[in-house]
Amino acid sequence: MNAARVGVITFPGSLDDIDAMRALRLAGAEPVALWHADHDLRGIDAVVLPGGFSYGDYLRAGAIARFAPLMEQLVPAARAGLPVLGICNGFQVLCESHLLPGALLPNASRHFVCRDQRLRIDNADTVWTADYSAGQELVIPVKNMDGRYVADEETLTELEAAGRVVARYLDLNPNGSLNDIAGITNEAGNVVGLMPHPEHAAESLTGPSTDGLGFFTSIVKRLVTT
Amino acid sequence: MARLAVDVMLKPEILDPQGQAIARKLPQMGFEGIAGVRQGKRFELVVEGPADEAAVERVRKIADTLLANPVIETYEVHVLSDN
Repeated sequence: MNAARVGVITFPGSLDDIDAMRALRLAGAEPVALWHADHDLRGIDAVVLPGGFSYGDYLRAGAIARFAPLMEQLVPAARAGLPVLGICNGFQVLCESHLLPGALLPNASRHFVCRDQRLRIDNADTVWTADYSAGQELVIPVKNMDGRYVADEETLTELEAAGRVVARYLDLNPNGSLNDIAGITNEAGNVVGLMPHPEHAAESLTGPSTDGLGFFTSIVKRLVTT
Repeated sequence: MARLAVDVMLKPEILDPQGQAIARKLPQMGFEGIAGVRQGKRFELVVEGPADEAAVERVRKIADTLLANPVIETYEVHVLSDN
């Protein structure tokens, strides 16, 4: 049986692409390095958009990355069902690309936040969270400047009503996100954006837990069974 | 050559912590009577040719696709100078 091939897109300014590839390998996937300026998704089964500061976050976080040549391939593929996980800057890119509703603005505290964060998984039905159970609590690092999730009232109501909030901050809201939102999914459940970093909680040597591995094992199991 | 400006503001319902920080500082500096501050962005574009309707439309399209995120921001296009 061939391992699931999961692409990780590197933009100029990406920081967490190597960690994301390592977490994918630990979860049993074959990580495939993808470059923002390429025009080919190389036949991958799923994609991770990693954290960092793509294009220096100039203009708005994720605003310029959205127009990278590879994103022109990714957006229609994601709309057609390709599983996509955007972590931190990747989440920002997914919102700017309109693959996910809303936007991520500078933290309400106006400070960069870096801490081990307690979260609750609220939706364990997406292709990226199926290895968790709804209500499960995790501790994984959060580190961002622009993590304040906002959406208009109507969008927010719709997200809540449809159970599309994937993860929520517990104890403390690190960035002023509306409704303590840490992650959301699109309607189909194949595109997930998450502000905290599960790839930094994949090994006990370097992370506060291994609670983040579930995002990567979820997609591996999903791809093996389909 | 013409110069056009694009002013971008966060929508009024969206919290602007930078504007709030500025507003809080003002009374400490002796500036009274300011009820609120909102911080925005301004872009100035130098356009080849005249500032005609087509140029304004082109800049509006640039504002709508890149300079502003219409999910959270509003924008206005102004002609600053023509030729």
